[in-house]
Amino acid sequence: MTFGSLIALSISAIFINNFVLSRFLGLCPFMGVSKKTETALGMGMAVIFVMTMSSALTWIIWTYFLLPGKSNVLYLLFHALGANVRPEQFDFSYLETIAFILVIATFVQLVEMIIQKSAPALYEALGIFLPLITTNCSVLGVAELNTMSMHLNFLESLVHGISAGIGFTIALLLMSGIRERLELADIPKPMQGLPIVFITAAIMSIAFLGFSGLKF
Amino acid sequence: MIKEFTKGILKENPVLVQALGLCPTLAVTSTAYNGIGMGIAVIFVLTMSNIIVSLIKKTVPSKIRIPIFITVIATFVTIVKLVMAAYTPALSKQLGIFIPLIVVNCIILGRAEAFASKNGVLASALDGLGMGIGFTLVLFVMGTIREILGSGTLTLGFPLLVNPFTINVLGNGYNPALLMILPPGGFLTLGILMWLKQLLLEK
Repeated sequence: MTFGSLIALSISAIFINNFVLSRFLGLCPFMGVSKKTETALGMGMAVIFVMTMSSALTWIIWTYFLLPGKSNVLYLLFHALGANVRPEQFDFSYLETIAFILVIATFVQLVEMIIQKSAPALYEALGIFLPLITTNCSVLGVAELNTMSMHLNFLESLVHGISAGIGFTIALLLMSGIRERLELADIPKPMQGLPIVFITAAIMSIAFLGFSGLKF
Repeated sequence: MIKEFTKGILKENPVLVQALGLCPTLAVTSTAYNGIGMGIAVIFVLTMSNIIVSLIKKTVPSKIRIPIFITVIATFVTIVKLVMAAYTPALSKQLGIFIPLIVVNCIILGRAEAFASKNGVLASALDGLGMGIGFTLVLFVMGTIREILGSGTLTLGFPLLVNPFTINVLGNGYNPALLMILPPGGFLTLGILMWLKQLLLEK
């Protein structure tokens, strides 16, 4: 793993496999909070933060608690206590969905409480978006991708988490800018609201398809 | 009682009317069969979690109800994930991370919070079943449109019962509009479906 491969991973997550426009993750907030640029930015910042931290947390849980092997913490504990156990008995990888969602939900609650106490100004800006993030599928999605399908190491997971959040924020900001203009546009009545937003997203997605020609 | 079942299919359709569960609707509908598979998984999780939530609604303290609901949902998602990996491995591979992501499908937590935690067991089960069928119908229609236009074929089947088979709908001379099975096609199809729904509702 080199610095170059981390840059490649990052650009791939931001542009080529943009979480919203090509992986279809996090569409609910993408449709829900993209009416104003200001709220879109707040949501984007909250998502970048939660995604980065939960990428790191879920990677640790996955590697040291759920995967079988000599580094499984429970194995080490039982081994130290003198029980007659083998590393492969500690395969909890089937619990991954439950473990990840609980870690994310707890972490989001914790962050909300800490920010509320220590940084009221930041809480004003991010506060209302934090509870929504638990059910933002891009957060659980990035955790699943890091561990189950892409098999990244710790540093790569962290970079992938930050980049995925940035990609989400870029898509959200672009969409909110367009929607502010759409407010003033003369749209046929049945097209107003979500239909025109989806069609706009389709055109944005075509534009992002252009990035898939990037090669490293 | 019948109304609890039918409302989810059209009048309060989770995708077209409430705009919930958008991620899987767009992500897995590159073929009609994938749409059916995802729909069946959601029907199971939604009905079962609605039943359990309505059974435990009195014992759950309201402050920690959301984490408890999520745990219930995640349990059923894990069951579905393991069953699909064992009996329909090809489908399980096609749907990929969108099977574990059923946990954060807003339809399921939404129904638990808005309906099952306030109503009886039978009504909740019917509500879950109806919403699940409404969701599956949209996925099936999306998959059909995208697959026919995008690859000229139609793949039908039913997980565990009927093995998937492919019909060549538009013949060999058809030049497939590849865009329809790529991500933009998903946004475009759902946008047009929502537009048609609003057009019909206006009259």
